Amino acid sequence: MAETDRVKVKRRELTETFLEGKNMSKVYGMGRRANRAVDNVNFKFRRGEIVSIVGESGSGKTTLAKMILGLTSITEGQLELYGQPRAFGTTAEKREYWKNIQAIFQDPFSTYNVFSKIDKVLLNCIELRGQKDLPYAQKVEIMTEACSFVNLRFAELTNKYPFELSGGQMQRLMIARIYILKPKLLIADEPTSMVDACSRATILDMLLKLRDEEDMTIVFITHDIGLAYYVSDTIYIMKSGQFVEQGTSDEVILHPKSDYTKRLLSDVPSIYEPWDLTSDDLLSEEDEFPTAAGGAP
Amino acid sequence: MAEYILEVKDLKTRYVTRFRENVYAVDGVSFKLKEGETLGIAGESGCGKSTLAMSLMGYYFPPLHYTSGSIIIDGRDITGEDPEVLRRTVLGTEIAYIPQAAMNALNPTRKIIKYINDVLVAHNIRLSRTELREMAEERMRLVNLPVEVLDRYPVELSGGMKQRTVIAISSLLSPKILIADEPSSALDVSSQKLVIKMLLDLIDKGLVKSMIFITHELPLLYNVTKKIAVMYAGQFVEMGPAHESVFEPLHPYAKGLMGSIIVPSEGIRDEHLVAVPGTPPNLKSPPQHCRFAARCKFRQPLCDSVVVPERFSSDGRLFRCLLPEAVLRELKYEDQIKSKQEDAEVELDVNIIPFAEDNGDGDSGKESGG
Amino acid sequence: MKHRLRTTFQNTNFVVGFSILVLLLLLTFVTPLFMQGSPLDMVGTLFNKPGNYVNRMGVIDAPKYPMSIEVASIRLGAAVSNDEAKQMLEWLEKSELDVEWKGLDPEKDRAAIVELFLANYDDSIRLPGTSAYRKGFTRLYNKVQNLLSADGYVVHVADPDSESGYREVGKIESRDFTNVKDVPARRFFLLGTDNFGRDVFHELISAIGNSLMVGLIAGSIATTIGLLIGLTSGYVGGWLDNFLTFVTNMFTVIPSFVILILLSYSISSSSRSIVVVAFVIGLTAWPWTARSVRSQTLTLKNRDHVNISRLSGFGTVRIIVTDILPYVLSYVVMAYILQISSAILAEAQLSMLGLGPSTTTHATLGLMLSWSMQFQAPLSGAWWAFIPVVLSIALISFSMNLMNTGLDQVFNPTLR
Ligand SMILES: Nc1ncnc2c1ncn2[C@@H]1O[C@H](COP(=O)(O)OP(=O)(O)OP(=O)(O)O)[C@@H](O)[C@H]1O
Ligand SMILES: Nc1ncnc2c1ncn2[C@@H]1O[C@H](COP(=O)(O)OP(=O)(O)OP(=O)(O)O)[C@@H](O)[C@H]1O
Ligand code: SF4
Ligand SMILES: [Mg+2]
Ligand SMILES: [Mg+2]
Repeated sequence: MAETDRVKVKRRELTETFLEGKNMSKVYGMGRRANRAVDNVNFKFRRGEIVSIVGESGSGKTTLAKMILGLTSITEGQLELYGQPRAFGTTAEKREYWKNIQAIFQDPFSTYNVFSKIDKVLLNCIELRGQKDLPYAQKVEIMTEACSFVNLRFAELTNKYPFELSGGQMQRLMIARIYILKPKLLIADEPTSMVDACSRATILDMLLKLRDEEDMTIVFITHDIGLAYYVSDTIYIMKSGQFVEQGTSDEVILHPKSDYTKRLLSDVPSIYEPWDLTSDDLLSEEDEFPTAAGGAP
Repeated sequence: MAEYILEVKDLKTRYVTRFRENVYAVDGVSFKLKEGETLGIAGESGCGKSTLAMSLMGYYFPPLHYTSGSIIIDGRDITGEDPEVLRRTVLGTEIAYIPQAAMNALNPTRKIIKYINDVLVAHNIRLSRTELREMAEERMRLVNLPVEVLDRYPVELSGGMKQRTVIAISSLLSPKILIADEPSSALDVSSQKLVIKMLLDLIDKGLVKSMIFITHELPLLYNVTKKIAVMYAGQFVEMGPAHESVFEPLHPYAKGLMGSIIVPSEGIRDEHLVAVPGTPPNLKSPPQHCRFAARCKFRQPLCDSVVVPERFSSDGRLFRCLLPEAVLRELKYEDQIKSKQEDAEVELDVNIIPFAEDNGDGDSGKESGG
Repeated sequence: MKHRLRTTFQNTNFVVGFSILVLLLLLTFVTPLFMQGSPLDMVGTLFNKPGNYVNRMGVIDAPKYPMSIEVASIRLGAAVSNDEAKQMLEWLEKSELDVEWKGLDPEKDRAAIVELFLANYDDSIRLPGTSAYRKGFTRLYNKVQNLLSADGYVVHVADPDSESGYREVGKIESRDFTNVKDVPARRFFLLGTDNFGRDVFHELISAIGNSLMVGLIAGSIATTIGLLIGLTSGYVGGWLDNFLTFVTNMFTVIPSFVILILLSYSISSSSRSIVVVAFVIGLTAWPWTARSVRSQTLTLKNRDHVNISRLSGFGTVRIIVTDILPYVLSYVVMAYILQISSAILAEAQLSMLGLGPSTTTHATLGLMLSWSMQFQAPLSGAWWAFIPVVLSIALISFSMNLMNTGLDQVFNPTLR
């Protein structure tokens, strides 16, 4: 597949609701130290939709993602797949679920087990697809195809260890993994926060192609409001575990209603308008120490 | 006081890997910085930005090695000076470096004030407890950080707060030059803004004289620094005033990079982004000809056979490309240049520099290694 | 992995430590081949000092070689001490005889002093002082009387047929020599003998071997338990983690020594073999390995590669083995080495308290120390019975710690 040098999001009609979260909460710890990381959120993801969840650090984005992925338990509320509560009890059910819902993460360097060869990552996906007993030659075929989708040559990767790849190559390989699994939902937790603008466009390009081919739903979790605006159909703004605003990209970014969104937007550096560094509301909550913590002796 | 606070001439440094291979991560970088100036460096991941930052301190430890070139800080050439002398008299006082992810390197078991003491002791400054506290509190007020921070452990601080504390500690000895390597990449926009505000404050108040700012977030860079350098595979391929670099880049790679900027403003959703296909060259054996050639859509036959020198435009901007300045100024990334098959080629206005016989230092490194 | 191993063996600290250990091991395997008997045979008597012991009758039987070597002064030097020479000078002074004793140095002119004393000593001269004081001089006279004579000894054997009851079988001239090699019955005690008359060197070699075995067994047990508990508790989390952490904390809070003492005590002393003691040590030393493995597992568990494996549908055991274990392994190797060395120390401490292995057929470094202390070797000046043991313990810990530092330098990126 020839690599394109122009990336453009195709807008499309969205109807079929795929995944729905109802009153979902996550509480870490218990008793006095309980921390409500995600607090009663509701959302609806449709087939082929691109969603962004934007919010400050510690607002619970990753926690929500982990709940959806089934990597952490849901304290309250439920998750519905095509209107049915998700089946997530037995190992077989979990595997079935993970065939449909997958993720890529922020830091390509920590996404790999440095002790196993990288072919393993792709082989494991084939195993998850239930094709463990396929003859090796066919597995190689699948892997070669996946690698060429992300412009890597499989022959060059075999028998290599992750640290012998560049960060960009590692991130592409993660996308190749998704290509093999072809999940219905992909959660991308800050997939581009470590890369430059050009590589970000390349990664976007590949993810968008996947969406167009497989009708995949992609959830971007990001600090990058520009990216969120550019790619997504729907944006959720998250603060302290809650969604303070949600709507189509244009609604949320161009006509924000909540004060928090407005402030967030004013903090984003632009190249077209001057960036206001003087405003006083900058010295925000971050500088106020909760007196209860009382670190001073 | 010298005319330039920092002058870097043809600096080359390399990593020697565990397998005794050389990685030429900084390969011929030159620039000058006046007092009060800020330089922003952008570039693809792995192009050598962090390595350049570390190299600028003149303090090398394996696997990083110095090859050639000079670093002149305020008239003093620090290359070749004794590392121990450097550590005491240059690091922290003349030039300070805030490494990538520095905020996660804070020792979780030491209070911030202890940390400040450690930094001072490392520079043979010993203060009594009250003196230390007084001086630390004054510093915190100066940089608009609450003094309570001093008695906190790093884990009790939020990411943005930690990063600002790290910056405050790094600038404790009022270095002439502060190098900040991706200080805000891991932060959300609000914390990021506070960090930037603090960095600019430091310059305004004269606590640091100049700053080198490394990031891959171009809109941020554009807002923070007056001068932007774009790095590609160990070299600067473009350097000039921020506005021109962003809106009228000369070098083809810079054009691609600037073409993929997204900011949340009306109309951006309908635009195309530029994604330069391909991957950068392996820095273990970078090509001697144009390093961008393999990915460049404007490549000319000559691009594969001559060394590309640093060139300067009529208004003093640096670019490392063989195409004539006038052509580059007109060219947009989405344009098509006459293809190589057609015999009409663009006239390249450059003296042909043949390849060096051998990459001398590379070989000597291999010999000593083997 | 191969590369890690290579850099490890390029690290000076590690290589030095490792070489010491290998040498010690070689010593324990090779030397027994050249030694006679078992290491715990009681061949000598209480605290014989180091040296080559030859049979006295064998010396008489061996061929003799007359040599023109001045023997008298050498014998004198060996037989008359400095103090005795001073005592003689004192008599010469106090007797007020007209002899030139002034200017004689008890150290250098010992032969001259003895000669002068022998020539002039007279029982009838009554020096002032108690009779015991005077008797001292008489005793001294009797002792040195025949030292200067060149007459030699006559050797007799009992012979009832003879008139005197003895029969002369040989004569030993003062200048006769024997080649030690000609004496068939001899024994070399490099480090003398201990309180039971056992060859300390032989015993030490086998004790080093046994102590290393204690270290190895205890270290392996502690590391295995610590690793298993740490991994499970860290990765699985939840109530299992709480429970295991509770158990671990309990073991950490109660000093392991108390447990050791109780355990050692409750196991009847007759069944307290070396292996049992090693087990006891191993069973109490695991908590700190468990704790650090657990905390490492906790951070590793949140790494994205573990999340990816979970998303690939892998089971807990598979993830622990492939995604967590390799990351903690370098650390575990280091902990293992430290466990071995601390187990050796623990055995020594236990034995000093009398709670070590109760055996008389095998020695350990701790037992050797304990025996030598019980028989007051330091008071008897029998340094050879305990200093080599202490040095061996120190050497083993030193080599282990050196290896550990070396590994730390290889594995810990911040020190590189
Ligand atoms: N395993 C955990 N145990 C306890 N608390 C947790 C855990 N993981 C996260 N938290 C807490 O939950 C809150 C939300 O964290 P989360 O990682 O979801 O934030 P985030 O929005 O992803 O932030 P970032 O942008 O920094 O990634 C934080 O206050 C965090 O301290
Ligand atoms: N310790 C090392 N040994 C060998 N090569 C290294 C080492 N550290 C970095 N490199 C190589 O040197 C090059 C430059 O790395 P550097 O960290 O300077 O990049 P960077 O521009 O800062 O990237 P990023 O944006 O990801 O921080 C990369 O190709 C990298 O692979
Ligand atoms: S020198 Fe040639 S290949 Fe290199 S950037 Fe310029 S046009 Fe492209
Ligand atoms: Mg997160
Ligand atoms: Mg960097």
